[in-house]
Amino acid sequence: MRVGSISKRQFSQRTAFSLLIIATIIVVIPVLVIVLQIIINGASAISWDFLTQAPSQAGKAGGILPAIIGTFYLMLGTIIFALPLGVMAGIYLTEYAKENWLTKSINLAIVNLAGVPSIVYGLFGLGVFVLLFHFGMSLLSASLTLACQALAMTVTTSREAILAVPREYREGSLAVGATRWQTIRHLVLPQAMPSIITGAVLAMSRAAGETAPILVVGAAFLLPGLPQSPFDQFMALPYHLYTVAAHVPGMPKNTIWGVALVLLIVVLSFNVLATIIRLRDRQRRFNA
Amino acid sequence: MSEQETRAISAVGLNKGLQRRWRLGEKLIESWIFLAGMLTIVVLLGIIALLFKEGLPAFWYTPPWEFFFGTSWYPVSEPPTFGIMPFFVATLWVTVVATAISVPVGVACAAYLAEIAPVKVRETVKPIIEILAGFPSIVMGFIGLILLSPLVQSALNLNTGLCGLSAGIMLSLMSLPIIISVSEDALRAVPDDFRHAAYALGSTKWETIWHVSIPGALSGITAAIMLGVGRAIGETMTVLMVAGGALAVPISPTEPMMPMTAAIASGIGNAVRGGLQYQALFAIGLILFVITLAVNLIADKVLERQKRKFAR
Repeated sequence: MRVGSISKRQFSQRTAFSLLIIATIIVVIPVLVIVLQIIINGASAISWDFLTQAPSQAGKAGGILPAIIGTFYLMLGTIIFALPLGVMAGIYLTEYAKENWLTKSINLAIVNLAGVPSIVYGLFGLGVFVLLFHFGMSLLSASLTLACQALAMTVTTSREAILAVPREYREGSLAVGATRWQTIRHLVLPQAMPSIITGAVLAMSRAAGETAPILVVGAAFLLPGLPQSPFDQFMALPYHLYTVAAHVPGMPKNTIWGVALVLLIVVLSFNVLATIIRLRDRQRRFNA
Repeated sequence: MSEQETRAISAVGLNKGLQRRWRLGEKLIESWIFLAGMLTIVVLLGIIALLFKEGLPAFWYTPPWEFFFGTSWYPVSEPPTFGIMPFFVATLWVTVVATAISVPVGVACAAYLAEIAPVKVRETVKPIIEILAGFPSIVMGFIGLILLSPLVQSALNLNTGLCGLSAGIMLSLMSLPIIISVSEDALRAVPDDFRHAAYALGSTKWETIWHVSIPGALSGITAAIMLGVGRAIGETMTVLMVAGGALAVPISPTEPMMPMTAAIASGIGNAVRGGLQYQALFAIGLILFVITLAVNLIADKVLERQKRKFAR
């Protein structure tokens, strides 16, 4: 440790602390600016018609209802595949897997899946679901692609949630003669459910904002109606925002901001929902 | 006894025949669970297999050397040429800009939150960082396009604000949440005994942070930085919208450019399935996958070491 006069050391501490605080402000300010800008500029575009009409004149007039509905379909389609499979994989890893090379490989695969760029998932979806399985450019292909991307997240959150259930519960249940599956089904899963749901809601929020994969596997810019089956093409908010912001000349500015605002509200409200579930669960545990 | 416990116990007291049928059902469920466990491996291997199957043939038309170091990408001219140097250098530029901003800012912010910030400030700042993490990349691309690029253009007097610099700045915002949260966890994992020992030796709080906490958390911070870099390399929509999309090898970050992810996203819509361009784009995907795989593997190894360090 260097020895200096007290005042000099205090001075360097004060300087360092100011720098750390400035760094934190640099992180916070852009977030506030972005949120405020989107709210201020987007609010003027939001109207009943904007939310309930189909677009017309290449998106310059009318509303964005098909894109909103398409995004909700996509979130549902993603979670229908990603949640059950993720929970089952989580159960396998916590309750059944032995410590061997196979389990190690699964964990390694999870870590790596989480880091694969979204555009590569798009290529995967194109090659496998659109072309190999002949699902075409469709809602189904997009849901499956986003589900593969969400899988790492649902497995991880399920695993953590199940691990957090105290071991005594399992031991008590097994001691009175319940089988392993009965224990999981009636004790472990109900206990872990709130955390699993929190993870699922976050995964849905992320799926709602993903653009690159659906750009590759089947989002459409303008469609006459809503998708009637999983094999139809669909509109989605993030892809709509991309097209109106980057590809339609003469687009009214406030319409673009409006689309961004609606997308942000959908994504962030799911984040808030996840937080509420988490807090209520913590409260419940605290009271118990 | 809770309701669930009662249910589990009463489930056991069923008659024998029913029990045997249940056993069979259980075996079935358990095999499904095993298959679901295998699924993550299957998906990862599937991605690898597909990228090799569709991407590798690109090297039969363009030898690897020319593919990596070729500077012209003309997929539709006759004969087409595929050199990805412009995309590779573009990815390098935006990643360098993003890292140069996000690493010092992110680590400093983490140090503030983990070591100094009063609880109230922490409780306010953390949700804001979570909001930042929740921003879809398309929204960041839109903000870069409409707010940041005019600023960059007028500040540096450029022909266009859509350039590597603007994209890098937006990417730095997007890597901040992961850098901050992983670094903060690493700093918190350093035992308080170490800090108390430093105080007892007469260190100031800052000296303790600089000489004790940060060195103790260094491998965790390294992993955080790598995860941030991985995020920046793989990000697609933001660079597609903000980086400018020019096909020349960018000499400076203030030029318009097209990173690898953007090249795939903008080309795949027009590529004929199984054609030369299609294969070349999958080959770029393969290279991208290998790079991010390496980054993630190293980050995971480093993180594991950090976890073992203070485990007792």
